[in-house]
Amino acid sequence: MGPKDVFETLKARFADAAEWKEGHAGEPYAIVDAGKIVEVARFLKETHGLLFDCLSNLTGVDLVKLKLDRIAVVYHLFSYSQRHSFVMKVHLDRTAPTVSTLSGVWRAAAYMEREVFDLLGVKFEGHPDLRRILLPEDWVGYPLRKDYTEEATYQGIPTTRPNPLELIPLGMAEEIKNA
Amino acid sequence: MALYQSMEGSVLTTNLDKLINLARMHSIWYLLFGLACCAIELMQTGGPRTDVDRFGFVFRATPRQSDLMIVAGTLTYKMAKRTRLLYDQMAEPRYVISMGSCSNCGGLFQLAYSVCKGVDNIVPVDIYVPGCPPRPEALTEGILALQKKIKGEPFLVSPESGLIVNSNPVVGAGPAFAAGSKVA
Repeated sequence: MGPKDVFETLKARFADAAEWKEGHAGEPYAIVDAGKIVEVARFLKETHGLLFDCLSNLTGVDLVKLKLDRIAVVYHLFSYSQRHSFVMKVHLDRTAPTVSTLSGVWRAAAYMEREVFDLLGVKFEGHPDLRRILLPEDWVGYPLRKDYTEEATYQGIPTTRPNPLELIPLGMAEEIKNA
Repeated sequence: MALYQSMEGSVLTTNLDKLINLARMHSIWYLLFGLACCAIELMQTGGPRTDVDRFGFVFRATPRQSDLMIVAGTLTYKMAKRTRLLYDQMAEPRYVISMGSCSNCGGLFQLAYSVCKGVDNIVPVDIYVPGCPPRPEALTEGILALQKKIKGEPFLVSPESGLIVNSNPVVGAGPAFAAGSKVA
C-alpha cells in the first residue's frame, strides 16, 4: 500500500485531522492535528491492512528558517507484515511546543522523544521519564533550535578558545622592527 | 679513603635521584582512556607493531594504578567532569598526554555546542600530540618526550631548598572543578 492509500484510509476515519503534503524531497507525508496524534497512531497501528508495527524514527525539526514559527515532530512508520511505510508530522507552537507521547503505542518512542526533548525542548505529555538523554542534566537551553546561542562558560569552563595567532602580543612586531 | 667520603654526600643523593627517575621513566603505566577515534590509534600504539611495552608503557584499567592519562579523543562537557574525577583519583606524580586535535583544542568539533575546547581547561597537560588522529609513531614520540621530561625533573630533592619533596606541582590547571567537586 502506497503512502497515498494509507492517507486515504486515514482520511476516511479522521476527516479534518490530517492534511496531505507532497513534500520537497520526494517523500510525501501527512500533517496530523497534534491533539489527535495518539488516536491516529493507534489507528495506524491496529487497523487491518495498515498494521504499522514499527516506529522507525522519531525526530524534530525547527522550522523557524521557513518563517513558520513552528517546531515539527516527524514520525517515520514502517510495517513489517505489510512492507509499507508512512511519514506523518505534527506542527507545534514554537513558544511552548507540547504534544502527547506515543510511548504508549510504540515503546520505542520513549527514548526518541527524550532526544527531541533534550535538543529541541518539545514537551511530551504523559511521557514516563522525560529527562535529558544526551546532554548533562544541568544544561541550559535547547541547542538544535535555530536561535540557540552558546553560553560563555559551562560550569566555569570557557566555551571558546582564543586563536593562537591572536595571542601573540600586538606590539611584538614593533619591537622587532626597532631592535 | 672510602669512595663515599670523596663525594661529599650530596653527589650520592643526586645519583639516587637519577636512578629513581630512570626507573620512573621506564615504568609508566597509562590509564585506558579512549574517548573517540584516537582510541583506535591508542590501541594500535599498544599493539605488537608499535609496541610501547618496550619503553615500559603498560595500560591499566584503573586510575589508582596509573601514572599517565592519555586523553584520546573528543572531550565533551559531560565527560569533562568525569575526566577531572579520574585525574583526581590518580596518585602523584601524574602526567597527562593530550592526544589529537580534539583534546588539544576541540579540533574538528570546536564549533560544536557540546565539545570542550581543549582538555587543558580541565586538567594540566604535559605533552600535546597533534594529529587527527595521530599515528602510533606520533604518539610514541609524545611518549618519548614525556620520558625526557621525567628524566629531567627532580624527584627527591628540591633544587631550591634541598628538602625532600613530592614533585610534579600542579601547574596550568584550568579554572574548572576544584578537587573533590561533586559529579552529577
